[in-house]
Amino acid sequence: MTATFWQKVDKTGRNLAPFAVTVMMVLVGMIPLPVPGYAPVAPNLTLVSVYYWTIHRPDLMRPGVAFLIGLLQDFLIGGPLGVNALLLVVAQWAVLNQRRVFLASTFALLWFGFTLVMAGAVLLQWLAFSVLDAVTLSILPALFQGLLTVAVFPAVGWLLIRVHRAFLNG
Amino acid sequence: MKPRSSGSVIRLAAPLRALAQRFSFLLLVLASIALMMVGKIESVSVDSARARVTDAFAPILDAISRPAATAARVVESAVELENAFDENQRLKAENARLLQWKQAALRLESENNSLRSLLRVRPEPSVNYIAARVIATPGSSFVRTLVVTAGKRDGVRKGQAALAGAGLVGRVIEVGEWSSRVLLLTDINARIPVILSNTRQRSILAGDNSDQAKLLYLPPDSPIQVGERVVTSGDGGLLPPGLPVGVVTAVSERGIRVLPSADLSRVEHLRLVDFGLPSTDLDPSPDSK
Repeated sequence: MTATFWQKVDKTGRNLAPFAVTVMMVLVGMIPLPVPGYAPVAPNLTLVSVYYWTIHRPDLMRPGVAFLIGLLQDFLIGGPLGVNALLLVVAQWAVLNQRRVFLASTFALLWFGFTLVMAGAVLLQWLAFSVLDAVTLSILPALFQGLLTVAVFPAVGWLLIRVHRAFLNG
Repeated sequence: MKPRSSGSVIRLAAPLRALAQRFSFLLLVLASIALMMVGKIESVSVDSARARVTDAFAPILDAISRPAATAARVVESAVELENAFDENQRLKAENARLLQWKQAALRLESENNSLRSLLRVRPEPSVNYIAARVIATPGSSFVRTLVVTAGKRDGVRKGQAALAGAGLVGRVIEVGEWSSRVLLLTDINARIPVILSNTRQRSILAGDNSDQAKLLYLPPDSPIQVGERVVTSGDGGLLPPGLPVGVVTAVSERGIRVLPSADLSRVEHLRLVDFGLPSTDLDPSPDSK
């Protein structure tokens, strides 16, 4: 009886790992680095995490979870509410629909897939902010942010694989 | 659980689950769009909710931003050590020049005081400073804000000016219990009433998410030169007058650009200016009274 209870607690804790890691990515992405021009192009680590977990554990990265994380990000970054929530929900949905392709593929293809997702995210973000601010904003900072995110994808991906193996292989 | 109808349930369950999944996607998309609308209309309650969430995460942000700041300081001090000799020479020259300025300032201050006493000018409200550390930047291309470690209990109020180093950085837009958010003057939503120091031309400084801000509502033939200093005008009673903001860097048909004096991309600490004005009409949310 107690064993099953503790097993349940353990399992729940492990199953929370994707969510916890993604929240951590939200916070780490907000660290101020005193590098000129860094803040507007800081890599979107949250999207990397949502992408990874949607491919590998879609049962733990459900649309609702993606929405909650996006909402938290909206609250913390101080932009209009709902933009990142929309972004992550759409990204999660898009990746989930093509999951079988990604799951069977090599790392290079996984990287390429992320590039496509990131391109969509850049466009969506730019569109949402332009509509909400009622002006045509420059897409360049978002584009550079996208490039930087694609560049750090292997490193973050490696970290996520480590977390995945440590917590969810049992 | 229901063995007798398990076959038909399974047959029904798969499409139903697919439907539910698609429906939840649509529902969440609609919820996001609804939130955008709500944020536009109900900005006051959204701001207070935002302040609470930021408060809750401020300790974590504070903790994880420290190693990054330390690492940056180590790198910077190594670079500074390399340039120590040149820097020393430069500072000596600058010190000599500043000593002359100090004499001039002292003379002007005494003159000012005597003239004020002659005219019986009402003294300006006293100004207090609240120091705060920057713990988070948005990490987004379209938002220019900072989260700092000072809130209501340190005396921060909505609308206060934030200064760093050489000049104005922005304005407090949201105050939590122990954290608050500063809107940088380069953000697309920032509007600061300013005055040009030589021509005495009043204007509004507006950000556009680039590194430089632009001046709005200037008459087309105003004689503005590159290099002119821009300071806050104090119009509207929001900010104290005379805070240095930036320098005009370009005058063209496309507009007049101003480079902020403070280096906005590497603000580590900043000072919030408690201007001593009652923030009544600015702060519709019930204050801690």
